[in-house]
Amino acid sequence: MPIPARVRSIVDWIDHRTGLETAIRDFLYEEIPESSGWHQVFGSMALFSFMVQAFTGILLAFNYAPTPGDAYNSVRYITLDLTGGALVRGLHHWGASLMIIVVVLHMTQVFISGGYKKPREATWLAGCVLLLTTFAFGLTGYLLPWDNRAYWGTVVTTQIAASAPLVGQYMQRLMGGSDGVGVVTFTRFYAMHVMILPLSMIALIGIHVYLVRKHGVAPVAGDVGPKKRFFPEQVFKDTLAIFAVFTLLFVLALVARAPLGRLADPTDTSYIPRPEWYFLFLFQTLKLFEGPLEVVGAVILPNLAILALFLVPFIDRGRMIKTAQRTVAIGVVVLAGLAWAGLTAAAVRSTPKAMEDTAGLEPDAEPWQLAAPSEIAAVGYFRMQNCGKCHAGGKVTAHKTSEELIAHFKQATTVTQLSDSQLKALANVFIKMNPNAAAALLSAPQPAVEGAMVYEKSHCGICHQVNGVGVKLGPELNGIALRRNRDWLIQHFLDPQRLSPGSTMPRYRFNPKDMEAIVAYLQKVPN
Amino acid sequence: MIQQTNPNRRTFYLTVIYGLSGLMSAALAIPGAVYLLFPPRVKKSGDWVEAGDVSQLKDQEPSELVFKRTRLDGWRSLTEKTSAWVVKEGGQQIAAFAPQCTHLGCAYHWDSGSKNFLCPCHTSAFSMDGKVLSGPAPRPLDQYEVKLQGTKILIGSIKKAPVVS
Repeated sequence: MPIPARVRSIVDWIDHRTGLETAIRDFLYEEIPESSGWHQVFGSMALFSFMVQAFTGILLAFNYAPTPGDAYNSVRYITLDLTGGALVRGLHHWGASLMIIVVVLHMTQVFISGGYKKPREATWLAGCVLLLTTFAFGLTGYLLPWDNRAYWGTVVTTQIAASAPLVGQYMQRLMGGSDGVGVVTFTRFYAMHVMILPLSMIALIGIHVYLVRKHGVAPVAGDVGPKKRFFPEQVFKDTLAIFAVFTLLFVLALVARAPLGRLADPTDTSYIPRPEWYFLFLFQTLKLFEGPLEVVGAVILPNLAILALFLVPFIDRGRMIKTAQRTVAIGVVVLAGLAWAGLTAAAVRSTPKAMEDTAGLEPDAEPWQLAAPSEIAAVGYFRMQNCGKCHAGGKVTAHKTSEELIAHFKQATTVTQLSDSQLKALANVFIKMNPNAAAALLSAPQPAVEGAMVYEKSHCGICHQVNGVGVKLGPELNGIALRRNRDWLIQHFLDPQRLSPGSTMPRYRFNPKDMEAIVAYLQKVPN
Repeated sequence: MIQQTNPNRRTFYLTVIYGLSGLMSAALAIPGAVYLLFPPRVKKSGDWVEAGDVSQLKDQEPSELVFKRTRLDGWRSLTEKTSAWVVKEGGQQIAAFAPQCTHLGCAYHWDSGSKNFLCPCHTSAFSMDGKVLSGPAPRPLDQYEVKLQGTKILIGSIKKAPVVS
């Protein structure tokens, strides 16, 4: 393509002063072996995945508040309130998994082809450290949404680190996990995730790419053909491969929501933590060893595997041979792949379905949910009394005293099912309502309304607070929907002490209908 | 010796490389820009807040009423003290001004000597009905929506006054 003289002169001017064009040309026109091709696209794909993670990570950092008090809500804000927020978070979340896959594929390709052989040992070592850095990104990023999954996953991680012989307690101290996972752990994971790891990653990528350039792309055995240039043919192949994974990632981010569970709850004894899918094989390995042997599965075996990976170029020092003849290498990959798949499948099988928790992605409270339980219960009285027959949509005139209203209730309906205290509650609620507020309140769904009536009848407000109403003798009930699931709530009503040892709450053996109702209501209490 | 690429193939390669790279950059940059620049989803609009009693106000004498209102700050819902300069003009006619100067947001005050609102920062002056009398302020004082329920003053959300040239 001819370049206009004017553009040419500007480019020359810049190149004279910075060497930029020459540098780009040198980079793109690097000579690569004739045998290069589709099998070498994975390195570029890995670099691209990292760039997507860096870009989306920075975008997330513009709206993410890195403290345990705010992290969860800011992630919800990004996901639910910001235009494009769910997409950006989706790209970052699924991009992390994608990056792991691409990095492992890259490594597998180099391993099978024997690309790590002399003089490329250092390139391989840098690649191994890059793999570990990628895993460290996944491990530290897992904590940052601060939901139950993040919290409990990290509890296990820090405990495993602590079980390491000799260095365990120092590792745990470094992770800030000596007194359990809390603000210190959180802040350190964040510092790792956004400062140390990105800087290390960029430095290591620099070293890795420099070494690839220094030694040249590894040719396959017997390649003596004339060299070709990296640009444009290989760049074309890289771009197509990158485009394929990017399309996959983009579609995934659009259709599959990045999970967000209940807010991290250190007192939730019912939560069964599971690591991210790419760590499930380690989780399952750990289960194969029990008692004093546990440290073998938790620490020793994984570290031996890492050591073996580092030693690969020093163990296999033979000449380069055709990939198809590298039966040992292929065998190792197949065995490792089978072992990985088997362990992962076993771990997935042992994961209860109920743990797939997306409570954090539920939309915000409706106006009626912000009302006091007594007000929501009054909606039930309103409906029982058939008030809607005359006052459709909450059309009420508030120019009466509550005594007048009660008299009106008794006179206006033929059958009064309500007790005097319920009539009084109905009067007290609607006497201060303007039509808009009444209409909002009356939009409450019947199951929750019945639950609020059970709540009132059982006087839950004597020990609990909802929306600031009631007494905080027991735990505040706002946020319970994020902390507890349906089964937990039912079991807790039946036998509170079993799930919350030391609790002073009496047992509530509600009939099935009332139990359904109150649980439905509690799940609608805003967070 | 270096292999040369056939010119037609080369053009094809370049088209694909630039085309797909551009597409991917756009697929990241456009959502990124939307994410940073679009305002967050609006949650429920501001409620009416009771700020005081109209019978306490003197005619033609602005007073600063302090009231609590709940405001959304990003992912946080804050309940905070806010104030309004409320002016009663003959009986039931009232106006409530937002307490920031429309120039650069300083807090202004009522000067009973000159019967004007004065901003201490850049000496903007406003009349009792919020109009700019002098100084750099670009538009009249912003007003709250306001209504009376009996004698109670209810304050709603701020409506920005148009710029008057």
